[in-house]
Amino acid sequence: MLERYGDDGRILAGGQSLVPTLNMRLATPRAVIDINRLPGLNDIRASADGLAIGALARHDEVEHSTLVHERAPLIAAAMPHVGHAAIRARGTFGGSLALADPAAELPACVVALDATIRVASRHGTRDIAAADFFRGIYTTALTPGEVVVEVIIPRGDGTWRHGFDELARRHGDFALAGLAARVRVGGHAVRDARLVFFGVGSVPVRAHQAEAALKAAGDVRAAGRALATELDPPGDIHGSPELRRHLAGVLLERVVGTLLERHP
Amino acid sequence: MNIAMTVNGVRIARDVESRQNLVDFLRYELQLTGTHVGCEHGVCGACTVRVDGKLVRGCLLLAVQADGCRVETIEGLAESGALTRLQDAFRHENALQCGFCTPGMLLTAHALLERVARHNPPEIREAIGGNYCRCTGYHAIVQAIARAAELRSGREAATGADGEAPTDGGYIGRTVTRPQTARLVAGRGTYTDDVFIPRLAHVAFVRSPHAHARMTHIDTADAKVLPGVIAVVTGRELAQHCDPWVGVLKNYAGMKSAPQYPLALYKAVWMGEPVVAVVAESRALAEDGCARVKIAWEPLPPVVDAEAALAPGATLIHPELGDNLVLEAKINAGDVDAAFREADLVVRETYETGRHTVVSLEPRVVLADYAPADETLTVYHSGQAPYMLHDILSRHLRIPEHRVRVINKDVGGSFGLKIHTYPDEIAACALAVMLGRPVKFLADRIESFQTDIHSRDHRVTAEVAVRRDGTITAMRVDDLAPVGPFSMYPRSSVVESGQILRTTPGPYKLRHYAARGRVVFQNKTPMSQYRAVGHPVAALVMEAMVDRVARELKLDPVDVRRRNLLTADMYPYTAASGLFFEKLSHEESLDSVLALAHYPALCKERDGLRARGVYRGLGLCVFIDLTVPGAQTYGTGGARISSQDGTTIRLEPSGKLTVISSITEQGQGTDTILAQVAATAVGVAIEDVRVVTGDTMVTPYGGGTWGSRGAGIGGEATLLTGKALKENILKVAAVVLDVEALTLDVRGGQIIDARTGDARMPLAELGRIAYFRPDTLPKDFQSELTITRHYVPRHQPLAYTNGVQLSYVEVDPDTGFVKLLGHWVAEDCGRIINPMLVDEQIRGGVAHGLGDALWEHCIYDANGQLLTTTMMDYLVPMAAEMPDIWVSHVETPTSYSEGGFKGAGEGGVAGAPGAVLNAVNDALAPLGARITRVPITPEVVLRALGRL
Repeated sequence: MLERYGDDGRILAGGQSLVPTLNMRLATPRAVIDINRLPGLNDIRASADGLAIGALARHDEVEHSTLVHERAPLIAAAMPHVGHAAIRARGTFGGSLALADPAAELPACVVALDATIRVASRHGTRDIAAADFFRGIYTTALTPGEVVVEVIIPRGDGTWRHGFDELARRHGDFALAGLAARVRVGGHAVRDARLVFFGVGSVPVRAHQAEAALKAAGDVRAAGRALATELDPPGDIHGSPELRRHLAGVLLERVVGTLLERHP
Repeated sequence: MNIAMTVNGVRIARDVESRQNLVDFLRYELQLTGTHVGCEHGVCGACTVRVDGKLVRGCLLLAVQADGCRVETIEGLAESGALTRLQDAFRHENALQCGFCTPGMLLTAHALLERVARHNPPEIREAIGGNYCRCTGYHAIVQAIARAAELRSGREAATGADGEAPTDGGYIGRTVTRPQTARLVAGRGTYTDDVFIPRLAHVAFVRSPHAHARMTHIDTADAKVLPGVIAVVTGRELAQHCDPWVGVLKNYAGMKSAPQYPLALYKAVWMGEPVVAVVAESRALAEDGCARVKIAWEPLPPVVDAEAALAPGATLIHPELGDNLVLEAKINAGDVDAAFREADLVVRETYETGRHTVVSLEPRVVLADYAPADETLTVYHSGQAPYMLHDILSRHLRIPEHRVRVINKDVGGSFGLKIHTYPDEIAACALAVMLGRPVKFLADRIESFQTDIHSRDHRVTAEVAVRRDGTITAMRVDDLAPVGPFSMYPRSSVVESGQILRTTPGPYKLRHYAARGRVVFQNKTPMSQYRAVGHPVAALVMEAMVDRVARELKLDPVDVRRRNLLTADMYPYTAASGLFFEKLSHEESLDSVLALAHYPALCKERDGLRARGVYRGLGLCVFIDLTVPGAQTYGTGGARISSQDGTTIRLEPSGKLTVISSITEQGQGTDTILAQVAATAVGVAIEDVRVVTGDTMVTPYGGGTWGSRGAGIGGEATLLTGKALKENILKVAAVVLDVEALTLDVRGGQIIDARTGDARMPLAELGRIAYFRPDTLPKDFQSELTITRHYVPRHQPLAYTNGVQLSYVEVDPDTGFVKLLGHWVAEDCGRIINPMLVDEQIRGGVAHGLGDALWEHCIYDANGQLLTTTMMDYLVPMAAEMPDIWVSHVETPTSYSEGGFKGAGEGGVAGAPGAVLNAVNDALAPLGARITRVPITPEVVLRALGRL
């Protein structure tokens, strides 16, 4: 069906982003394709390579899943920030990724977790690295006729610490800036890091230079200085580019600072 | 598509349009109108229902997606008894005013209580953080949910839900639970969109996408042929049926504005102005029709900035008026220049307050039903001033006054939004006349943001002359107020600026005062009166100046206020600005709020934390508030709005009272206070009183409820009526019992012996005799047991009230975020009728003011495009961000009326933004930063700190 309607067809998963645009007539697709009753897409299961979260798993199911808390605590930490309870009752994990709102929490989390996004079409399935999936505002690597079916989060080796925080004007709002972070600490050194910011670019922004500075100097201040040069956030009515860059720096200091202070 | 589902336990099957969302299906197909629509984009929570046991937003689920599901709505849950404890607690705490959010709020609270037995307030605030309430400020809702949780866990015995029973037969001054909330907590309110009328047509509007543009061609052909479309009407066509209006008040010398039509004729002057109407069998079809209307636009230069609008050579919005100036007004009292010359210190500052809008959860809605056979127009309207609309419809649609009827059903919040003439509403009424059938217009949320009145967009430069000891001797104020392309009709758009000019020196003694206000046309949504007109701006400016004086002179801000406040021995007092104060209680109110908040302990806590790098601040705001507008209000300006109100009380044969008043009810509880006054004046139990309001075919003529006039005018009219009825009751009793009327009284629904208190006859017996056995009464005696009295305040132009607010905040200097820790209010609204309802008026008002202070802002781009058109962009205060709000009372009754009542509806708003601004500046003072604008966003804080 998706192939038949092309750009005039829209996938309806949780509907928490699509239906408002329909109500307000900001989108007027010819066909809305409801995938909610497709079987097998809402599982949350342990797999050989880690944790698999089905595209139709509702946010509240992910939020309260023991498996997610054990195997992807970063996502568990992010979930309470995703809208409000009634939104999480319908919104889906795959829908949030496929929408690719640059201010959303989950795209940043899957990038920080080096997750793989499995997509399917009539022609078969393929896997896309999360880092390659988000291409621009509301734009992904999905080709016409493809839908997200599952997200695979690799099993960690127990040496990673995770942190998540965001700064939103009100509880449940999209963030002015947010950070999904993981660091691997060995001895007193930072061995590896994933610092993925959201709300500060057209896609989840992995701060490579800040990560490198963190590994080289092991100190958050150096990472903050690097971050200031590599972020180029957009401005809108909620915050200027300078504000978002500044807040990203504050989050870096707070989230990563806490991670480094915390001893295993 | 055919769907089947179980709704509240009943199997239903329907054929629905695949695009219809669940809440529209429930409301319009199943007529389950307890579930409401507030935003259509999943933000407000009014449409919350349960689907297969889970809470969902009814607006974000298509009806077809609920095929095979189990759906539960407020109606089903209420009837099952599942919500009883919560409903009782909500009523007991008055955790609802207009009731529009209440069904969604109850379902959300119910889900919370199902999860865990007990909850602390922060958890409750987070759980309801996605449910918007504009009325309460959330404090009472949090209390009610906590109370229901306590009741559930058996920790607290249930107490009577109807408040204190009177001991002396009087209800004035007592908390009484509002009778009408029983309907509202069960989802059985009837708001205007819940009215179903056969053959109803729906109108949607094509609106201007430009701030300023000429229409060179309008092509409606495609829209007209769409199946289901009944009519497509342009401005020029509709103007044949409706005369234009001009929003000018004659008592503002030199004021000007231009004629406004229900639909723009040749050019649009703000983004969102309606230009073409499409009437169809459903709202969705009408919107389909709108999409097919083609308009050729020729954009004109938008006039956006107020200074630029006044500059020579500026584009003129109404060229025939000669310039873009609506009004320039001045006050000059005392010898201001001399006072400034002699000052030890002069402090000068410019303050900016952000454009704000009302966001009542129920949008504007009107259903106009024209019956060609008898040429009568019946209009169901979500409004506050039914007779004002009645008069306007009669004159502008050319229908004789006695053939018009305006009915206010339940109103889902109003706050001054619904007292203005909106072109789309008048268009809907004109279309009903034109088409000879009922037409409904219901604004969606985007339309609301674009076309509801805005307010509070001011730039005020203020300057005070001060002596070394902190005495403020003189003040200059210069207000610049851009108000949109028209002055609103019939109340105008100059009152807010006028209020700022008159009230800025507010509670202080200074005698030398000069002020100038310039009100300016621009191509943005029209601004006009909204709750606490001008006061939040005036109080913010004055109180920020007072804090600056204290800081410059290193004096305590409380002491500087005490030095300058009007004192108890100075009344009656006429201020330099011309305002008349009968008697106010500034010093007592200041003492009261400081005691309520344990102010010294808060100062100590703030100072202690500062040493540890935590930046907390305390901010005071002393305010005055206009209430009970008197006899000269509006009429002297030529606006046909009654300053007088009336109440009819009818003694029913069974001894019950029917109270019919021209005062209206939008959630404040005016009907409850009228019942309290009537029951007290006549001498019956409040359960035996029923109040009827909001119907121009039924009630006495009057102004309605706005300007904090319900208690002071409607309450007084009701008191006078009740006393007159009692006199007449006693005349009947005297005849029946053959004694002097003076020896009798009425108490508890009984005629009693005034001396002994012994019961002589129930009112029901008196009623039976008067109505059914008049043959037993003397031939020359006629009983009169239906009485009408009117009241208009004549002794002073306005009954000013006063109060003090205190805000406690914490500022994060790294992020610029401000957290509200607590808010305290001492208020003096004169004699109190119902303390709980006063508390809730204050709290709800404070919430509006806190929105002003930190979040709410209508933001435009340089082309006059409104950017904040959703509830994700225009940020209203939600439960998780709001502090607890504590209220204390000082009572200074007016001696000009028998009841002594003044108003309480707006003071909460007046002081809140100033208190928060002062608190934030107190927190930032050690860092050397100062803020002079609201809303105080993270960006504003960080820029003040030099961190961006």
